[in-house]
Amino acid sequence: MARITLEDVEYVAGLAQLTLDDQAKQRLLKEMGEILAYVDKLNELDTDGIEPMMHVLDISNVFREDVVTGSLDRDAALRNAPKTDGEYFLVPRILDTE
Amino acid sequence: MTMTLDLHSRTAHELRDALRSGETTAVEIAQSYLDRIADVDSRVMAYLDLWEEYALEEAGALDERLAKGEDPGPLAGIPIALKDNFCTTHGTTGCASRILRNFESPYEGTVVTRLKDAGAVLLGKLNMDEFAMGSSTENSSVQPTHNPWDIDRVPGGSSGGAAASVAADEAAIALGSDTGGSIRQPAAFCGCIGMKPTYGRVSRYGLVAFASSLDQIGPFTKDVEDLALIMNVICGRDPLDATSADLPVPDYSESLGREVSDITIGLPKEFYTDALNDEMRAKVDAAVAVLKEQGARVIEVSLPHTDYGIAVYYIIAPAEASANLARFDGVRYGFRHPDAKTVEDLYKLSKSEGFGREVQRRIMLGTYVLSSGYYDAYYLKAQKVRALIRQDFDRAFEQCDVIITPTTPTAAFKLNEKIDDPLQMYLNDVYTNSANLAGVPGVSIPCGLTDTGLPAGMQIIGKPFDEETIIRVAHAYERNRGFDPGKPPLE
Repeated sequence: MARITLEDVEYVAGLAQLTLDDQAKQRLLKEMGEILAYVDKLNELDTDGIEPMMHVLDISNVFREDVVTGSLDRDAALRNAPKTDGEYFLVPRILDTE
Repeated sequence: MTMTLDLHSRTAHELRDALRSGETTAVEIAQSYLDRIADVDSRVMAYLDLWEEYALEEAGALDERLAKGEDPGPLAGIPIALKDNFCTTHGTTGCASRILRNFESPYEGTVVTRLKDAGAVLLGKLNMDEFAMGSSTENSSVQPTHNPWDIDRVPGGSSGGAAASVAADEAAIALGSDTGGSIRQPAAFCGCIGMKPTYGRVSRYGLVAFASSLDQIGPFTKDVEDLALIMNVICGRDPLDATSADLPVPDYSESLGREVSDITIGLPKEFYTDALNDEMRAKVDAAVAVLKEQGARVIEVSLPHTDYGIAVYYIIAPAEASANLARFDGVRYGFRHPDAKTVEDLYKLSKSEGFGREVQRRIMLGTYVLSSGYYDAYYLKAQKVRALIRQDFDRAFEQCDVIITPTTPTAAFKLNEKIDDPLQMYLNDVYTNSANLAGVPGVSIPCGLTDTGLPAGMQIIGKPFDEETIIRVAHAYERNRGFDPGKPPLE
C-alpha cells in the first residue's frame, strides 16, 4: 500500500471536520503511517471469493407495527443544547442575505 | 444495629441473603459502600459522578417496601455502578469526554431500567477511556484511574473505573462495555470477573455508540454466582435495539454447581506463543489443570487467523467510530466552541477542542479507511478477514465446548508506560478482540497473582449464545481452584 502523505492527512482532516495544527499533523502522519503499515499484513491473505462480514448476526430488516409511540418532548430535546431560543436549536447564519 | 463495616467486602448474593434474613438493611449496605468510597476513591479514582444522596434515598425506599413484605426484585439493595457511557436520567453521562461533559441524558438505557426494576441501588458513574477508546483508562479527559493492586499501575481499559470499583469494594457489581476487550482486559488487570456476552444478548439501547457491530454491555462481579445473578437481569430481547437477539434467555443460576466431566476445552495453539509472558502462561496452565482434574477433556485447537485480529479490529472499529462520532457537532448537545462564526467553524472548532487525542486519531484513521480509493483496500478487506476469523471459531467449536486462553499477555503495566505508543497500546487487546470480531461470548476470571502481586486472568470463550456453559466452567474452576484470590492491599 502507498505510504500516507501530509496531503492525505490534511484531506482526511477536512473530511472529518477537524482542525489540526502543524504539530498534530506531523504526529498523525507518523502514527497513522505506523498503524497502516501494521494493518498491511492483511494483504498476506488471499480473500478472493470470501463474502465480507458486515455484521455478526444473521438478521436483515426488523419491522414493528406502524403505530405512534411516545417521543421526547421539546423541552427535554432542547435541554442540553448549547444555544437555543426555546423552540429551535440555534446555529450561526448559513446564508449571506442582504 | 448490626456492624456495617464489612458489608462492602461481601458479594452481591451474600448481601441479598443478609438483607432478606433481616441481618441488615438496604440503607446500611448503601452506607457501607459510600463509606468505602470515601475511604479509598481518592487513591483509586474510579468514580466520575457519585450519587450519594440518591443512593441513600433509593435504599430507604427499598427498606420500606421490604418492611411491607413486598419483593423488590432479584437485585434488591445491591449497590451497582455504571460506566460513564450508559445513559441515565439521574446525574451526568459524559463518556469521560470534554465534548459531552455535564450532558444530562433525556432518556434512560434499557439495561439501566432493568437494573432499577430489579431493585438495584445505583451508586454513580465510573471512569473510562474517552468514548471507550483505549486499554488503560488514561484517555479519560477527567482523571486517570489507578489499579487497586498497585496504585502506580493502570486498571486496564476502557472500562477501567468499573473494574477498579468492583476490585476495591467500591461497588458490588459494575456494568461496562466491551468493543475489543474493554471488559475482560480490565477485569484481568484488577482481579475481578468480567464478561462480554454474545453480540445481541444484551440491549445496547442507551449505550453511547463506539463501534456498533462490536460493542456489547457486560458485568463486573466479585464471583461467578454474582455473574449468574446479574446476567439473569440484563439479558434478553429489547424492541428498542433492533440488533438484540430474539432468543430465550436461560436461568443462568442453573449453570452453578454443575460438573464439567462432559466438557471439552480447546486450547488455541496460536495464543500460546513466545509473546505470552511465562508467568501468565503458568497461571493459565495451572487453571486448566484444575478443570482437567474435575474431568474436563483438554485438546489443542487452531484459530489460524488470530494474528490478523488486531489489524482487522483497527480498521473496522475506527471506521464505525468515525461515523458514530460525527453526531457531536456542537448544535444539539455537548461542547460548542464560543468563537465559531460560521457553521463549518462551529463543527471544526467544537470537535477539535472537544475530542481528545486518541479519539481524534481514531476518527482520522476511520475516515481514511472509508475514504474514496481506500474503502476496498482496507474496509472491505478487513470485513473479509473478519469472516475468516468467525469461521475459525465455528470450526474450533465443532471440536470443543469452550476455548480457554490467557486474557492478556502480561499483567497490568505502569501508568504512562504505553501512552505515547498507540500501536503498543492496541496490541494489549491481542487475546480479546477476536471474540468481538466473531461476536462470541467470553469471560475473564482471576487465576492467581504474579510474584509481584498482580492479578492474572483466564479467558473462557464460548459458542454464540452459550453463556451457560461459560458460567458452568467458570464456576467449576472457582469452586475447585484451591486458593482465595484475596483483596487488593488498599488498607
